[in-house]
Amino acid sequence: MDLSFDTFALLVLLAPFAAALVAPLVSRETGRAAGWILAIVPAGLFAILLSTIGDVAAGHPVKVAIDWVPTLGLHFGILIDGLSLTFALLIAGIGTFIIIFSGDYLSSHAYRGRFLGFMLLFMGAMLGLVLADSLVGLFAFWEMTSVSSFLLIGFNHTEEKSRRAAIQALVVTGLGGLALMAGGVLLYVIGGTWDIAALIASPTLRQAGGASPWVIGFVLVAAFTKSAQMPFHFWLPNAMEAPTPVSAYLHSATMVQAGIYLLARMSPLLAGTPLWQGLLCGFGGATLLWGALIALKQTDLKQILAHATIASLGLLVMLLGLGGEAAAMAFAAYFVAHALYKAGLFLVTGIIDHGTGTRDITQLDGLRDSLTISFICAALAALSMFGVPPLLGYIAKEEIYAALGYSDVWAIAALAVLVMGNALVGSAALAILIRPFMGALRPTPDAPHEGRFSLWIGPATFGLLGLAVLFTVSSYGGMVLAPMASAIVAHPIESQLSFAVDLTHLPVWLSLVTWALSILIYWQLDRLRAGLVALERRFTWSFDKGFDQLMLGLIRFAGAWTRAFHHGRLEIYLVIFVASLALMLVLPLWTLSGWPSLPAFPIMTFYQWGVVALAALGVVIIVGSRSRLGAIIALGIQGVGVALIFVIFGAPDLAFTQLMVETLSVVILALVMARLHLSAVDPRPYEDWTRDGMLAVIAGSFATVLLLRVLEGAFDNRLGNFFAHNSVAIAHGHNIVNVILVDFRGLDTLGEISVVMTAGIAVLALLRRQHKRGVQPPKPRRSPRKAVAT
Amino acid sequence: MNTLIFRTMVPFLAGLMLIVSLIVLLRGHNAPGGGFIGGLLAASAVAIYGMAFGVGATRKLLRVNPLSFAGFGVLLGVVSGVASAAFGVPFLTALWLPGNLFGVPGLFDVGVYCTVSGTFVAIALALEDSGEGG
Repeated sequence: MDLSFDTFALLVLLAPFAAALVAPLVSRETGRAAGWILAIVPAGLFAILLSTIGDVAAGHPVKVAIDWVPTLGLHFGILIDGLSLTFALLIAGIGTFIIIFSGDYLSSHAYRGRFLGFMLLFMGAMLGLVLADSLVGLFAFWEMTSVSSFLLIGFNHTEEKSRRAAIQALVVTGLGGLALMAGGVLLYVIGGTWDIAALIASPTLRQAGGASPWVIGFVLVAAFTKSAQMPFHFWLPNAMEAPTPVSAYLHSATMVQAGIYLLARMSPLLAGTPLWQGLLCGFGGATLLWGALIALKQTDLKQILAHATIASLGLLVMLLGLGGEAAAMAFAAYFVAHALYKAGLFLVTGIIDHGTGTRDITQLDGLRDSLTISFICAALAALSMFGVPPLLGYIAKEEIYAALGYSDVWAIAALAVLVMGNALVGSAALAILIRPFMGALRPTPDAPHEGRFSLWIGPATFGLLGLAVLFTVSSYGGMVLAPMASAIVAHPIESQLSFAVDLTHLPVWLSLVTWALSILIYWQLDRLRAGLVALERRFTWSFDKGFDQLMLGLIRFAGAWTRAFHHGRLEIYLVIFVASLALMLVLPLWTLSGWPSLPAFPIMTFYQWGVVALAALGVVIIVGSRSRLGAIIALGIQGVGVALIFVIFGAPDLAFTQLMVETLSVVILALVMARLHLSAVDPRPYEDWTRDGMLAVIAGSFATVLLLRVLEGAFDNRLGNFFAHNSVAIAHGHNIVNVILVDFRGLDTLGEISVVMTAGIAVLALLRRQHKRGVQPPKPRRSPRKAVAT
Repeated sequence: MNTLIFRTMVPFLAGLMLIVSLIVLLRGHNAPGGGFIGGLLAASAVAIYGMAFGVGATRKLLRVNPLSFAGFGVLLGVVSGVASAAFGVPFLTALWLPGNLFGVPGLFDVGVYCTVSGTFVAIALALEDSGEGG
């Protein structure tokens, strides 16, 4: 493939970011149609991705890359294999309908454009995450999903609960991001490459990396935080504060699956060790049971779905932990089925909320006549979740049970956990389907009405796709599931997916047991819920509260730490600062015994002497002046003197800058002084005056000595010559200083302007804080003698 | 500071300073000047305007939050760097329009100008604003 095609392909992938930038504008100009217009981007991406499915299924992953930082071996590229393609197709495909849904769902919201922009930003990040072919790219997009999900969860930023949920999600997933970085760097050190495909193929790494519990530990922390595994699961239910499309998109099909993706991606590298198997099965199984059980306690539809999602994520983790071909197939089947039915159910929840004004299943009943289309969509999704043939969920469940052995105690324990977890999730599915839709109609806050086309088209499509598998089961297995599973186990797998029911096989009977258990649990649902609620009252501690305690402890610790070192007495800071500076200046000379000899007395013209005298005059006035304003202005004089010296020695740019900086410093210093409400004169007592003066003289002399020593060394002019020769030839500029700044060393300058802006933000934050607290600056310290005198 | 002379002079002075700052920015590649110095000049212009007419009036005149302006500058710098990706060359490679009169370095310098002026205007205005809200 030639370079331009690669570049083109990458630019196409960046399309969501471009769409995110223009989203507010599109939303403002086109109103209700905005969702449809913006959905063109993910739909197009979906089509492009779909066109690669033949190659990928045939075992030819698509690789596209351009060099990014070649000197560090970094390149920016994508890798489309079975695993990333399935993820990417779901992200783009579900994303298309979510954008359409959001455009309508938030049609009256003032910040709809911003919302759509955030969604598209997230979509771009998520696509980048699953398609990135290097650990660095994976990490960068991983962090971007954390940040964009923070923006989305906190979208209703006027509500405190939203803000708290957003911060919580950011802290927890941010922790995972750090772990991912540590794990990635470790992998790079062991394997010597950032490239994921190369890492997986590297045989030396399989021994070193697989044996390294650190890598596994870091990767697991990253994946568990992102995918809401215990004990990090608590952020996901809180994240339901986000508008419903966000929950449907981020918290079912995409973002929380990023951790699952990471585990699946790393499976060829790390799977197979007892540590991996034990940790994944243990945490996954615990999460499955916990999530499914708590889901039954909830009455809010979104909360039921959130906890069921936690359970499903646990199940996926457990399947990855079990390892092997059959488990990989089951993983693939369950992943696709779950993404489709969960996104559909979340969107139906949005329609119900929109149409009736509540999401509480204890207040909803008999909506089937007024929300018929939603009812059909919900039925398709919930039955898939329940695992009824011929829906996608049924295949997934059969594959799961087929993946299990029953050879030893652990396998049987895993089987029991899976059956119990599936049964609990199944009863949650029944609750979602039956409670709001069946029975006699009950009055709701708003008169129930069906959502518009743009609202139900998404869940309807997802539901029908789950049904369509009936007709294409073998090609679905061959084109989608088998390539995905092959990428997880790193060798080709044949798909044997079918609906054939073999009564002599265990999976069928396990399915029947699961259904029976589900129905049993559903039958006793209200009693079970009451029991769980009563049980919860007994426990005063929860993971959610634990998070608050941890954060509070952190803040207290930080406060205590800061108070110990930042006592707030400026003069002590300055004394320490200047004294350390003096030490640092003199120590190298002392230890390396390089005292300079006295320079020859310089011969200068009268105007040069004049300038030096001007600068010296400034210093004398600063020291002598009793008035603060006078001292500040004298500082300016001294600065101008220095600027003039620069002019004399042929550095007009430096002089120019110096002049401007001095001018602004005088202005800003004067303004700061005015704010601090200091007395107009400097009331320093004599002992302080002596101390400060001595320190200043010492630090100044040391600096002079060091400079003299530096000037004694031979002057290496290679860089100067290089710039002088190449400034015009390469960079087309005659001002070497400027050419260096904006061209030769542009990256440094980019860093510097970022620092300048960050410093500006920090200054503003400090000033605002002072406003808010209304802190009166402390009264100026006055010399006791002075006080008597006045 | 609020003398009649000062207030009459300042609009002309500030306008002149802004124009000079642009000239300094544009000529920077071949003569003393550039984005940093130009940005500082522009910031001084706004700062003295703020001294004469108060922070509220200045903010109203600026329309844009100076910090957004600074952020725009950083963005411009990054965008001018990323532009190189389209040509398959490393980040921040200097690309020139035909004739070598204007190119990525120039755009980048404008970004520096925006950042420096925006940040210093933001700081100066916040400091001039003596407590009645910011």
